[in-house]
Amino acid sequence: MSKQELAVAALRNGTVIDHIPPQALFQCVKILGIELLDKQLTIGNNLHSSKHGAKGIIKVADTFFPEAVLDRISIIAPDAVVNTIRDYEVVEKRRVELPDTVVGIVKCDNPKCITNHEPMRTKFAVIDRNAGLLRCHYCNHTVSSLKATLL
Amino acid sequence: MNSSSLVSISDLSKEEIMRLLAQARHFELNPNQKILDGKVVATLFFEPSTRTRLSFETAVNRLGGRVIGFSDASSTSTSKGETLKDTIKMVSNYVDLIVMRHFLEGASRYATEVTDVPVINAGDGANQHPSQTMLDLYSIYKTQGRLDNLTITLVGDLKYGRTVHSLIMAMRYFNPTFRFVACDELKMPEEYKEVCRQNGIKYTEHKEFSKEVIDTSDIIYMTRVQRERFADLMEYEKVKDLYTLHNAMLDGARDNLRILHPLPRVNEINPDVDDNPKAYYFQQAQNGLYARQALICRSLGIDIPQEPLSISNQK
Repeated sequence: MSKQELAVAALRNGTVIDHIPPQALFQCVKILGIELLDKQLTIGNNLHSSKHGAKGIIKVADTFFPEAVLDRISIIAPDAVVNTIRDYEVVEKRRVELPDTVVGIVKCDNPKCITNHEPMRTKFAVIDRNAGLLRCHYCNHTVSSLKATLL
Repeated sequence: MNSSSLVSISDLSKEEIMRLLAQARHFELNPNQKILDGKVVATLFFEPSTRTRLSFETAVNRLGGRVIGFSDASSTSTSKGETLKDTIKMVSNYVDLIVMRHFLEGASRYATEVTDVPVINAGDGANQHPSQTMLDLYSIYKTQGRLDNLTITLVGDLKYGRTVHSLIMAMRYFNPTFRFVACDELKMPEEYKEVCRQNGIKYTEHKEFSKEVIDTSDIIYMTRVQRERFADLMEYEKVKDLYTLHNAMLDGARDNLRILHPLPRVNEINPDVDDNPKAYYFQQAQNGLYARQALICRSLGIDIPQEPLSISNQK
């Protein structure tokens, strides 16, 4: 191995989340809740990506994430790819999927929206998947998912 | 949401709009009927409004129903910190229909989700005000004899003005041509121009309220620049007096032109326009009574005869 390469052990079992936009990486870490995890963990950012120029990546040993958590990742990192590793083999590789309706995840950034004043869940319709545009079910305000504040 | 509620004008199909207009005409010819006997309607006004509340309450009273409610949230448990959900649930135990205005956007949509009682949105912040749109449509229909193929000029606050946004949504069924007259700070938001493009609606944008625009319009819809919609009062002061209609500007206008305004006006229509037969804003407010009678009966599931509207019915 050349000295310029980073020594990262291959995962035996666990999850690799790849193609995270660099600006979303640390928010993804927070959503995954892995800050206090005692498993082997590798986080890389601003790595070369042939698709996007730069990317972030998260490798977590012996940990698999529920759909609800990956749905949250899809809001801020819609192109992220989740690899499931078992016994050194990639047994599943798939893109996170932005659902048609996003419930209870994103905060509406309209300060006069009812959802910011009542103890209730927010709800957005995905109106443009490519541009990551969400429309508030209540006040009709449009929110960009990449800039969204997550609840 | 229960289907008898009305939160946004977009909840109504073209057929339903046409039926409601014909029913409004029926109420204009017969405004006093005892068809709401035994019904109780709540008017919950978390934000003050004279015109809308009085018009809804008159509509109920003239149809023989009873009204409970409040016109100012400070006299209710909301001021003690009660949630909207709890207020709606409590009121739902007492009434057959809730008419609600709230300063928060989306409040009506949320109300329909926490109760089985039908809710009519009487305005939620800068968001939706469908009963205003129904009376605007009724006024246009009555004065022009049709809704199709009209040239409609919207003037003033096109950014925050919910009435003009809802009017675009409602008119998308009727092939209108729109003129948007506004300064840069208050111009029509991109999302509504996108609605126009998606529905094949022709529109042009103007900074000047010119003779050419006025002389080729069938409807001029004036709006007030609303101080309460501005976070920055400096911006309000800068733009509040930019577009004012004077009587002399109407010299070359079409005979069928009518001036509409959701009221209250401040200074965007000079009082010298009031005596011009083209001024229609006071009758427009009166039409609100009939349009709301039709909407109330829709929400309560009461079947109402429809009256055809012909040009000879105009007044």
